Amino acid sequence: MFTVYYREVVVEVAFYIAGAVAIIATGLMLKDLNVVHALLYLIVSLLAVAIVFYVIGAPFVAALEVIIYAGAIMVLFVFVVMMLNLGDSAVAMEKGWLTPKSWTGPTVLAGVLLCEVAYLVVRGGGAQMGIGMVSPKQVGIILFGPYLIGVELASMLLLAGLVGAYHLGVRTTPKAEIRHARDTYTRRATPSGDLVLAGTDRPPRTP
Amino acid sequence: MFSLGLIGLLVRRDLILVLMSLEVMLNAAGLAFVVAGSRWQQADGQIVFLFVLTMAAAEVSVGLALVLQLYHQFKTLDADALSEMRG
Repeated sequence: MFTVYYREVVVEVAFYIAGAVAIIATGLMLKDLNVVHALLYLIVSLLAVAIVFYVIGAPFVAALEVIIYAGAIMVLFVFVVMMLNLGDSAVAMEKGWLTPKSWTGPTVLAGVLLCEVAYLVVRGGGAQMGIGMVSPKQVGIILFGPYLIGVELASMLLLAGLVGAYHLGVRTTPKAEIRHARDTYTRRATPSGDLVLAGTDRPPRTP
Repeated sequence: MFSLGLIGLLVRRDLILVLMSLEVMLNAAGLAFVVAGSRWQQADGQIVFLFVLTMAAAEVSVGLALVLQLYHQFKTLDADALSEMRG
């Protein structure tokens, strides 16, 4: 009896610690002026939310949060930030970013989360609070049962997002290339001629 | 957390920060769904979280492509400097 009570208290403490870490990281993200530091805090916040999911008994969603949110979507953000920062001052900025002041905050918060996860894993057993746990099997059965139309709509939404991102992200052809191609076409030698006289179609250069 | 995301959306003027605040808001909404589903022992909350996740992925890809295009056009990411798009 006592052990069960102890377990619930421990899990509840883990829940509140993870929630506090999530809120603190989000607040620090808003406060930070540097985009990359804000990204670090956002990743820590998402990991904390994943631990909250795990603790309240939704392990499937916790895994998805880590893989898709903290993995894929944040990689997109990192790519865009790195693409926008191409320049001569990139090296100097890198040096400025790697100060201890910049990485202590996210490291401390992530360390708290890591200790928590290690404790929960070592302790073993289901990590849910007093309320029960919704297994991935239940989620899958319902997802492909009554919600099948939603899955189809989600796939169409993803396709639309893919096509839209490609359409917006593709560079337009520079006008110089089009002009060059057109000039090359008009300057081509006539089929009856023997020689290609380069430059004869240009007007004489006026100094 | 939802209100924190909303504050970020209103306060910050960097377009990437605005997108990140949008992510925080979507995540907070999904968190509320999952907690409610766990409270009443229903899997529906997690289903809705999956849909929110899908929508967030599509939204952020299109939004970041727009950000790239804006940066190539205007060479800035300041939302105030980009406010010339009036009807």
